[in-house]
Amino acid sequence: MAWIKPFTWIKLLVFALSLIPAGRLVVGLFTGGLGANPVEFITHTTGTFALVFLMITLAVTPLRRLTGYGSLIRLRRMLGLFAFFYTVLHLSTFVVLDHFFDPAAILQDVFKRPYITAGSVGFLLMVPLAATSTAGMIRRLGGRRWQQLHRLVYFSAIAGVVHFLWLVKADLREPLIFAGVLAVLLSYRIAVWRNAPWAKKRAGRT
Amino acid sequence: MLIRKPDDIKSSEITDKKRYLNRRRFIQAAGLGAAGIGSGLLLPAMFGNMDEAHAAKKLEGFTKGKFGTDEPQTPLKDITSYNNFYEFGTDKGDPKRHSGSLKTRPWTVEVEGEVNKPRTFDIEELLKMPLEERVYRLRCVEAWSMVIPWIGFELSHLIKAVEPTNNAKYIQFVTLFDPEQMPGQRRGILDWPYVEGLRMDEAMNPLTIMGVGLYGEVMPNQNGAPIRLVVPWKYGFKSAKSIVKIRFVEEEPPTAWNMAAPQEYGFYSNVNPTVNHPRWSQASERRIGDFFRRKTLMFNGYEEQVAHLYKGMDLKKLY
Repeated sequence: MAWIKPFTWIKLLVFALSLIPAGRLVVGLFTGGLGANPVEFITHTTGTFALVFLMITLAVTPLRRLTGYGSLIRLRRMLGLFAFFYTVLHLSTFVVLDHFFDPAAILQDVFKRPYITAGSVGFLLMVPLAATSTAGMIRRLGGRRWQQLHRLVYFSAIAGVVHFLWLVKADLREPLIFAGVLAVLLSYRIAVWRNAPWAKKRAGRT
Repeated sequence: MLIRKPDDIKSSEITDKKRYLNRRRFIQAAGLGAAGIGSGLLLPAMFGNMDEAHAAKKLEGFTKGKFGTDEPQTPLKDITSYNNFYEFGTDKGDPKRHSGSLKTRPWTVEVEGEVNKPRTFDIEELLKMPLEERVYRLRCVEAWSMVIPWIGFELSHLIKAVEPTNNAKYIQFVTLFDPEQMPGQRRGILDWPYVEGLRMDEAMNPLTIMGVGLYGEVMPNQNGAPIRLVVPWKYGFKSAKSIVKIRFVEEEPPTAWNMAAPQEYGFYSNVNPTVNHPRWSQASERRIGDFFRRKTLMFNGYEEQVAHLYKGMDLKKLY
């Protein structure tokens, strides 16, 4: 299959790796490997990976600017869509497995529990980004407007981390790790806007 | 004291079979759909499913106790692999993973404070108290629940033995503090040692027991060995584990979770579906092993035995 370009292989590899967490859940579901409370396990796993993929997606731009590997941009959409994929799984677990489509219970949770409110905001902000992720939509919106719209991802990520911070009972370690990573990634953007010399674009290879 | 027999599980509480089967089918169909997407890549069994050899010591000479529910009991494997015991870590698998270092012999329980006969009990003495099996519902504040066949004795036996003075209005329970044995205590997640408390009449209630075992065996380390409190009408965290000290006091004693987050966890912490919690709806719960949530019962279904303790109290304020 020499006609497949080398980068396509990398993309396929990343795609396969990104599916592993979901695959583990499916395997666990059938082998009883999800522990005493499978619904909780699925909720936590999909939520964690939604955040992980959001962070990876947000790391693409700083990485390619700092390393000069411009082609990394070609992974960004897929990674972003995986963040959305795990978010949708996470939300579906909440709606279907946790509450079994009980609208009253769901609405109560969304409005009465601050961490669920934050999570809902994070999800809603992702929807227009996923919907406008196709090449056709980029063309129709125009690059500038598209880019402006997609800055919503910063707020979505903040809402996601706040969602995690607010839900833990006492042990803040894990959400604080995400908060730290997000702070670094957002600081990079601030540095770029303020024209910090170290954050300037290197001579790219693409 | 008038002890009424509890009416057991109502037929309305039981998930009817058709609904149960429907949801089974739903999960399987959903799972199959997902499997179709993911299977090509991911067949290796990535989850080890270890069932270690189980070699716990049997407890002898207990009787079938009062107040038992005949609801299906949560499997031993789930009771011993999924619970909160922050002294061993904050993940629900941590107590099982890290509690091997807990030494339960020798073990003493010191009783002090407002009593005429303060003394230190050796665990072997406490095991000679009249042991009963009590099958209780356990409701965690995180909205999951289990049915556990505890072995224990009524706390009232111990209380009577030490003769509380008239000043004894509350009892405080203190968990072992030893970061060597309890690795979770090396981090200041809670203000160690873990402390809990009951009002005297709550402690004297026949439902309140000191648990020393479950499923007919000695209490597993991860569930609070060698001796713990079991108060079935309150959220699980009220039932302090691995107790080394019992103190009779005049004022309401401080309690661990109340100190950590007073707006979330009150001193009483009775199971109450009408009192909202900022993190979890308390109106319903998931029984471990079930798919559907079920309605949470007032006082975890022990209203008949304990409602009189709170007459005239505003339980929305004194949550």
